[in-house]
Amino acid sequence: MNTKTFFNNIKAIFKREIAGYFGSPVAYVFIAIFLLLIGFFTFNISKFFEAGQADLRAFFEWHPWIYLFLIPAVAMRLWAEERRMGTIELILTFPVTVTEAILGKFLAAWAFIGAALFLTFPMIFTVLYLGDPDMGAIFCGYVGSFLMAGAFLSVGSMTSSLTRSQVVSFIVAVVICLFFILAGFPPVTDVLSGWAPRWLVNIVSSLSFLSHFVSLQRGVIDLRDLIYFFSVICFMLFANSMVIQNRRT
Amino acid sequence: MIEVRNLTKFFGDKKAVDNVSFAVQKGEILGFLGPNGAGKSTSMRMITGFIPPSSGTALIGGHDIGEEPIAARQKIGYLPENAPVYPDMTVFGYLDFCAEIRGFSGADRKKKVEAVIEKCFLRDVKFQTVSTLSKGFKQRVCFAQSIIHDPEYLILDEPTDGLDPNQKHEVRLMIRNMSAEKAIVLSTHILDEVDAVCTRAIIIADGKIVADDTPSGLKTRSALHGAVSLTLEQTDPERFLSCIRSVEGVKDTKILEHADDRLNARIFPKSPDILIADHVMSALSANGLKIKSLFVEQGRLDEVFRTVTSPAGKTQSA
Repeated sequence: MNTKTFFNNIKAIFKREIAGYFGSPVAYVFIAIFLLLIGFFTFNISKFFEAGQADLRAFFEWHPWIYLFLIPAVAMRLWAEERRMGTIELILTFPVTVTEAILGKFLAAWAFIGAALFLTFPMIFTVLYLGDPDMGAIFCGYVGSFLMAGAFLSVGSMTSSLTRSQVVSFIVAVVICLFFILAGFPPVTDVLSGWAPRWLVNIVSSLSFLSHFVSLQRGVIDLRDLIYFFSVICFMLFANSMVIQNRRT
Repeated sequence: MIEVRNLTKFFGDKKAVDNVSFAVQKGEILGFLGPNGAGKSTSMRMITGFIPPSSGTALIGGHDIGEEPIAARQKIGYLPENAPVYPDMTVFGYLDFCAEIRGFSGADRKKKVEAVIEKCFLRDVKFQTVSTLSKGFKQRVCFAQSIIHDPEYLILDEPTDGLDPNQKHEVRLMIRNMSAEKAIVLSTHILDEVDAVCTRAIIIADGKIVADDTPSGLKTRSALHGAVSLTLEQTDPERFLSCIRSVEGVKDTKILEHADDRLNARIFPKSPDILIADHVMSALSANGLKIKSLFVEQGRLDEVFRTVTSPAGKTQSA
């Protein structure tokens, strides 16, 4: 594979997708709702001010739950819409590999979510104004949040390729993401521990987004957490490419 | 050259395409005909690599679409059925994206996009969003996409679908003008189109090739081929029939219409090779019957189409 055309193709698809986001109300609605929800949960539910702590734990702890619904909503159109409109027939008959098409679309959506996440920067100024926060922990929290968003997105991208219905894609993605969030917690482990061997319970609980995200928030970038999120993304995107290559129409 | 080898596709148990083989050389325009659901689009989708065949393959300029898909696709321009185009993009934005993905950059890309916009008469809608365009314009935008990189091979699935007669004419003209240095495969169910643009036609029914010939070759299979149709000034049918019966080589005569001021009839020869027009004419004038018009039938594609597709297919296509 020629590296130059590889990146050119990804770039072309990336640019088209980004233009698509910002050319339609989807982007602005998404960003507005994301910021509103984050603000509401942080200040009204977690009582950010009343807690009297100069850190962003109250802010980050809501990210998985907001991503749970918003990211499948962003991802659902990635492939389902191409299939519904028939444009998938063009993109897959262009001199572009499935990998390039998937990466271009995924990276565009990820960058878009990254932009929304970036717009939460006033939170940083708030804690800086209020006290003397641990900037390392905040930085790591953002890195973790962004990686977790990528993992959610890869699940959504995969489910989007399964169907031409965006609603089906959304629901399946939410369920899978919910499993990933809860994997290390009683709702899932209780179901398993009754019958599954100990090692399986351990594997499943180590799949939890939450525990890896929480460990990044502590301010330590642990290679294991990075590898974890990247391997979830790679696995899901690989499954995505398998689905697309083996689709029937 | 596009070489299609034993292409077969199963959808579940159903054989959608059954062992289809053909080759198209540069300079040829191959018409792909068949009733709806005969497997035209499925065949084209396999040739362009959109869906993998159950067995068989297609070679595009020597590149196997299954083994070297990228090299093969680079040489193809493809207009899918229903001309799908991203509805939220402008015409220019879309064609620019297509040119970029075809590997053009900088000034070269801009030139290609401008040229294709000119060529496909899209200047007036250049900055319009695709979703606001009529079917005809969308079709032309998608057509523009397929020729933007001046491909050696063009695969067009119903290129004139949804166009008005003038636009149809323009598109056919464009296809014909490009044909010298390209191999073109186009599917259609408009039989006039085959006559107007194709140098060869393949008819498929139920996934199988049932005829592969030039349009005029196909027409000779028509029962009408070689028959003489004529209109006489008002006359007595009995007198006309007795006169014709004496003409050498005539098998049958059918009176199509008999009115006060004219008589329409069709005369069939014993075999299409026998030229009866001369004999008919002299016999009629010898009998003092006045001929208003007379012509020799070439045969009709629609009739051939129906005969070759009906025993196998249930659908009668328009």
